[in-house]
Amino acid sequence: MILLLAYCAVLFSFTSGLLALLSNQQQFLLALQHRFLKTPSAFIDHCLEEHHYPNFLRQVVFIALGLSGGFAVLAGLSVLISNTVVTDQIGLGLPWLPWHIRFDALSGFFFLIIGIAVGAVSLYGPGYVHHYKEKDHPFAVLGLFTGLFVTGMLLVLLADDAFVFMIAWELMSVASYFLVAFQHENSANRRAAFLYLLMAEVGALAIILAFGVLASFSDGFTFDALRHAQLSTTWASIAFGLAVLGFGMKAGIVPIHVWLPEAHPVAPSHISALMSGVMLKVAIYGLIRFSFDLLDKIQWQWGVVLLVIGTISALGGILYAMMQPNLKRLLAYSSVENIGIIFMVLGLAMIFLDNGHPELAALGFLAALFHAFNHALFKNLLFLGAGMIHQQTHELNIDMLGGLIKKMPQTSMVFLVGCMSISSLPLFNGFVSEWLAFQTALQVDVLDNGVLRSLIPVSAAALALTAALAAACFVKVFGLTFLGVPRSRHSEKAHEVKDKGMIAATTLLAGMCFLVGIFPSVIIRLINRVTGQLLNQTLANNNGLSWLWLAPVAPEQASYSPPLVLIGALIAGCVCYWYLRRDPDKAIRIGETWDCGFGGLTPRMQYTSSAFTMPFRRIFAKAWIIDEQVNKDMQGAMDQDVAAVHYALHIQDHSWPWVYQPLERGVNNLSKQVGRIQTGNIRTYLGYSFVTLLVLLWVIS
Amino acid sequence: MNWLIAILQTTLFVALAPLLAGWLKVCKCYLQNRQPPSLLQPYRDLLKLTNKQPVVSEQASWLFIKAPYIIFSATVLAATVVPLIAVDLPTSASADVIVMVGFFAFARFFLALAGLDVGTAFGGMGSSREMTISSLAEPAMLMAIFTLTMTASTTNLSLAISHVLEQGLVLRPSFVFALFALILVAVAETGRIPVDNPTTHLELTMIHEAMILEYSGRHLALIEWASQLKLMLYGVLCANIFFPWGIAQTFSLHDLGYGLLAIIGKLMVLSIILGIAETLVAKMRLFRVQEYLGFAYLLGLLGMLSHIILEASR
Repeated sequence: MILLLAYCAVLFSFTSGLLALLSNQQQFLLALQHRFLKTPSAFIDHCLEEHHYPNFLRQVVFIALGLSGGFAVLAGLSVLISNTVVTDQIGLGLPWLPWHIRFDALSGFFFLIIGIAVGAVSLYGPGYVHHYKEKDHPFAVLGLFTGLFVTGMLLVLLADDAFVFMIAWELMSVASYFLVAFQHENSANRRAAFLYLLMAEVGALAIILAFGVLASFSDGFTFDALRHAQLSTTWASIAFGLAVLGFGMKAGIVPIHVWLPEAHPVAPSHISALMSGVMLKVAIYGLIRFSFDLLDKIQWQWGVVLLVIGTISALGGILYAMMQPNLKRLLAYSSVENIGIIFMVLGLAMIFLDNGHPELAALGFLAALFHAFNHALFKNLLFLGAGMIHQQTHELNIDMLGGLIKKMPQTSMVFLVGCMSISSLPLFNGFVSEWLAFQTALQVDVLDNGVLRSLIPVSAAALALTAALAAACFVKVFGLTFLGVPRSRHSEKAHEVKDKGMIAATTLLAGMCFLVGIFPSVIIRLINRVTGQLLNQTLANNNGLSWLWLAPVAPEQASYSPPLVLIGALIAGCVCYWYLRRDPDKAIRIGETWDCGFGGLTPRMQYTSSAFTMPFRRIFAKAWIIDEQVNKDMQGAMDQDVAAVHYALHIQDHSWPWVYQPLERGVNNLSKQVGRIQTGNIRTYLGYSFVTLLVLLWVIS
Repeated sequence: MNWLIAILQTTLFVALAPLLAGWLKVCKCYLQNRQPPSLLQPYRDLLKLTNKQPVVSEQASWLFIKAPYIIFSATVLAATVVPLIAVDLPTSASADVIVMVGFFAFARFFLALAGLDVGTAFGGMGSSREMTISSLAEPAMLMAIFTLTMTASTTNLSLAISHVLEQGLVLRPSFVFALFALILVAVAETGRIPVDNPTTHLELTMIHEAMILEYSGRHLALIEWASQLKLMLYGVLCANIFFPWGIAQTFSLHDLGYGLLAIIGKLMVLSIILGIAETLVAKMRLFRVQEYLGFAYLLGLLGMLSHIILEASR
């Protein structure tokens, strides 16, 4: 039954992709109708009319996608609540290896994440894709690959052998490549898509090798066989290293993250939301499945590796994010930061697990999964919000926006909720997972190893810095985009989004961000099932998860009660509001902006993105490659009056010159060397064949 | 009963905050050979502001008008967590010390947004600087506080302070580091000299003032009150975490009164020290603040490491 729900989710997403193919087949459908339907139906005629057909088809495709999301949520919830493991085999694939399917709590939890995100996107989609011109950007392509992309992600979660896993993984990667390249008229988009495909395939190779290492010590490719593989520590570490490389490339950890800020922003916004919010989570799922489930015994050294790269990713991600003036690029970089946080906490879980503290490992694991859930919610919300801004203003550069809070009140409200969640402010969901992460790190006292005991506090400090920088970054985002005075004509003429579905999708996500922030225990109790199945260990204090209280370790060690905090906030707010607003005579008077009485204020005098982040640029100057140019046009008799100042700022990621360009040069040089043996002369090639033949004969004999 | 005490304590916090600001001003005036205003002057200022009609810029959005209430409420909520005259508060359980730092972040988030709302250059300047300083100060503060929470193995402030009380007078190197880190952070976060000058209105040097330039009337009163409350909160944190003696452990009238006297005494001494420091030290350049806060961060980290290496049970 549970599996049926999961299959329904997969099938509906696949169907939505196929349905999209009908977008130019109106004549065909008409013919079908005349052939099979004897009595003409007014409704069908109406739908197939020239005018209504594209709209109707869009609705149908997105309804199918929404059903897929709904079934995914149902399947995920039912497997989490019933706490079972379901397995199945499908007679597809290779003759001696049917597809093995397994649906357990871990898959179920990620099903839940995907389901929510896909549901929101399907509400949002019709209004958003509506403005694409059919000639340049055919809906068939977008719909087909969106469907396949979601199918791929869902199948990855269901896979129970390495073959299905890799097929589904490739389906997800390749489908998303076409989505990144959807607006292919810009050369930057094509370049980003190619980079993405390249990195995705390199990552896939690493994953295949990781499975290969495991498979060579076991008798088969099913996950069940891989689980029983007997590996030496060295081989296990090699397999783990390959898995971190492969899954980490997809998840976008520093320094192998470069494709992410290139590829995520150029896709249509609802696809960026899926890629950033959900696809990265599938990579996290792969890493968890590989290291916590398939590998026999976790080594604490692996935890240290994850902790270190997680810390670097978190700090690097947010520092790079802060410098971006492009809203979607900024959000993509911020995904790098959040993935870094998830890696950090997973690393902590590994460290505690190998040191014999499974209940603390469960806490860390739970914090990681909860952060994955929260990140999916608020990053989806922010990307969808960015899409709404882009649709209304045709602008993503936050230096050209401003004042949208008055033009787009509903969008600004949901975007504010997203910004507050991602800045981990109390009462919102991002805070709870960060709180749990701090609680995990603060348990370091139980460890014996001196290095770990000093390393973990340092990483906790880095986490604190990351959170504070994230708050600064999103103050910048919200403040420059929505507040102040419009900086360009586009943002001055913006209107609120008309489409109800788009508003509904973002409101739904914003509401969930808030509700999960107030009642986190609901989700945490579900995740506790996952840790129970995967680590055979639930939280030390299971009673600490009532709807009112959150006390994961012990009530006297740490507790947090968001509902009580909310009540306190409401009381405090209402009392001062009531006291101060009691006198109607002192209602607000609207006046001109004071600005210290200088006057002559223009929108261009406002702080811009580069101005806002200037102090950070000076303080953390080593984190970027900064190219700052100020040119002054001089005029006047002595050439001493400044007529105009030109300011150009270009900020680059360190990983380009340090990782990619050397690699690129290396590959180029290597292929030149290989090119030498290709003379183009037939005699040489015959010689090669002859030598090969000789060598082979020699080998055989 | 516990809840009553908690509410009473929060009320005391809110009520006494302007008094502390007044006392600090008096101290500074004496040190600088000036005629001090009355101790009650901050109350008069607040009353005057609440009775005035606020003028709001035509460019302002709803966020600008609601922000003072949010900032004030968040700061009051932070005050509910910190033990002032008695430990064992129920409110300390509903929000621990990490949440308290979160409340500060909440207030700051809206303060910075309000600074950006009207669209003046000053507002943006203030917001940018405030976020810079706080993003360096917040981790330093968390480090200092984690030293305490790891010693007491709880993040609940009431229980942690009880733990310090039970241990008696022990000289812990980690606490010395943490205390200095927390004092440095407190100076930066409450906008005192040498990081920010609360009395300046010189455009190029101000931080906190730049953000709230456009506020007037009751909105300004709320923000001023919130920043006085924040000063008091940091003072109480320094005083009660590192020198908790005198705080009431039972809820008898005698203990509570004693606790109140103790904290007033501690805060008076602290503000004299702060006054002397503000008189002796000049304000530093904005881009020296990073070194100052980096030092605080390092002290916090040293405190934590010395706890782990020297003091932990094994």
